[in-house]
Amino acid sequence: MIHLIPGDPATVYVGEHGGADAIARVRHEFGLDKPLPVQYGIYLWNAVRGNFGESLDSHRRVLDEFVPRFPATIELTLGAITVALCLGVPIGIMSAAKPNSIFDRLGMLVALAGVSVPVFWLGLMLIYIFSVYVHALPTAGQLGVNVSLTPLTHIDVLDGVLTANWPAAGDALRHLLLPSVTVGSIPTAIIARMTRASMLDALHQDYIRTARAKGLTGLVVVVHHGLRNALLPVVTVVGLQFGSFLTGAILTETIFSWPGVGRFMYDSILFRDYPVILAGILLFSLMFVLVNLVVDVLYAFLDPRIRFA
Amino acid sequence: MAARRFWANANARAGLTMIVFFGLVAIFATHIAPQGPDDENLLDRLKPPTAQHWFGTDNLGRDVFSRVILGTRISMTVGFVAVAGALSTGALLGITAGYAGGRIDNVIMRTMDVMLAFPSIILAIGIVALRGPGLNNTILAVSIVNIPSFARVARASTLAIKEFEYVTAARALGARPWWVLLRSIAPNAAAPLVVQGSLGIGGAILEAAGLGFLGLGAQPPTPEWGAQLADSYRYLLTDFWAALAPGLAIALVVLSFNLAGDGLHDALDPRLSTRS
Repeated sequence: MIHLIPGDPATVYVGEHGGADAIARVRHEFGLDKPLPVQYGIYLWNAVRGNFGESLDSHRRVLDEFVPRFPATIELTLGAITVALCLGVPIGIMSAAKPNSIFDRLGMLVALAGVSVPVFWLGLMLIYIFSVYVHALPTAGQLGVNVSLTPLTHIDVLDGVLTANWPAAGDALRHLLLPSVTVGSIPTAIIARMTRASMLDALHQDYIRTARAKGLTGLVVVVHHGLRNALLPVVTVVGLQFGSFLTGAILTETIFSWPGVGRFMYDSILFRDYPVILAGILLFSLMFVLVNLVVDVLYAFLDPRIRFA
Repeated sequence: MAARRFWANANARAGLTMIVFFGLVAIFATHIAPQGPDDENLLDRLKPPTAQHWFGTDNLGRDVFSRVILGTRISMTVGFVAVAGALSTGALLGITAGYAGGRIDNVIMRTMDVMLAFPSIILAIGIVALRGPGLNNTILAVSIVNIPSFARVARASTLAIKEFEYVTAARALGARPWWVLLRSIAPNAAAPLVVQGSLGIGGAILEAAGLGFLGLGAQPPTPEWGAQLADSYRYLLTDFWAALAPGLAIALVVLSFNLAGDGLHDALDPRLSTRS
């Protein structure tokens, strides 16, 4: 599909004034002169052995370019998931507990606004408010320049905690906060809406009436009996929103100079760095499939009917 | 009936009113804008909002208010044209897949699945980057990445509709497949597609603005909102108002389409509105 799009990587590699001979040589060198099915077969054979080729830009192995950048994106994604769950689920629960109330309407309007605000603009406004105006949080990067940290997992917050380097962990967390809120804004809104719909459905079931008839308090009924049954669709949405986290990461990493995969993919696409683009798409899809697999396994923990079926 | 239900919903009413408002702004943009969008005045660069420049001026001394007004026309056009392209292509593919079934269904829908496996912005960036930046390629890219969602909705509706008796009756009367598709299936599959389309316009405007922000959309000096944000981004630390208006405009237009789309969804599916 990528080859269907006009544009020749050999020309980009050689440069506009490279000449036809040089372009033909590069095309031969990278196997771009072979038929597409052959190129695809060779690529697949190499890919399963972890060899995604060489970057046309840096001439380094593609995997070596990706590996150091993945932890930063994973850190950002985990931060965004945390933000989305911590904000989205409570908003959804409170909206469903009192449907059509002022709070419900306000909550759903905020949720709708969440899917309407462009993430890059939200990022800019957060930078202005919290970094420029209040001076409370850093504007960019993953870690302050004066902070030293022994890398273990390359997920800075986790490394800070694991090495008991609390100042570094705190600094990494402060750097992570604004990008996480930015990436998490759309998933927060979607999770809030999904939680509300799912909770409304659960709260209309007979077992909720039974729980109320037993004299349980409203909070126990909503959280213990309602929420647990309403969580399943929410977990599904979190899995499906993983694509949205990756999408948000590209724009957000650009704004916050976050050294992750999203920014790298953007640069590579501009350079028509085919090996990197292909590997990126493959790795993104792999992550997407893995996350949804984890979601499927989580079902069994959340719903005993699945475990015993 | 559906129209009455739509109008009874306050959020939907607000959304539609805002769409009409932005539509009028887009149509009469050149008459409303107090200055030309490209009128530069370097002596007045990066000025805060004043009576003369309601939203301040940008780094080249251009009136931000006039550029936001003109940007309405560009963003609304991108949203409508991209979704119209995606809707017509997606509907055609989805209805064909659902009606034909078998191998045709498999080929079309697996292709759609492959497209859905790409994060949408990556696919859009790829298309624009390789075709070259610009407004037309942005519309094309946004349109292409939205095709699968319309195809899926159209296919799902078609699968249900083709089992209805009036379709069987049309076939029994000897109607040709294209006649059945056009006269019996397409009109009845339209409602969910219209809902998807109204919600999709907001998403398309956001995606186009994202591409513009990354420098892949409309090129300078076109007053596209995403591109305006990219320009003002560099001066955020000192002059944040230049970034305020274009972003707010995007958010409000997208919000209005989302409100109206939600209202349309509820109006066409009354079971949802009675539950809450």
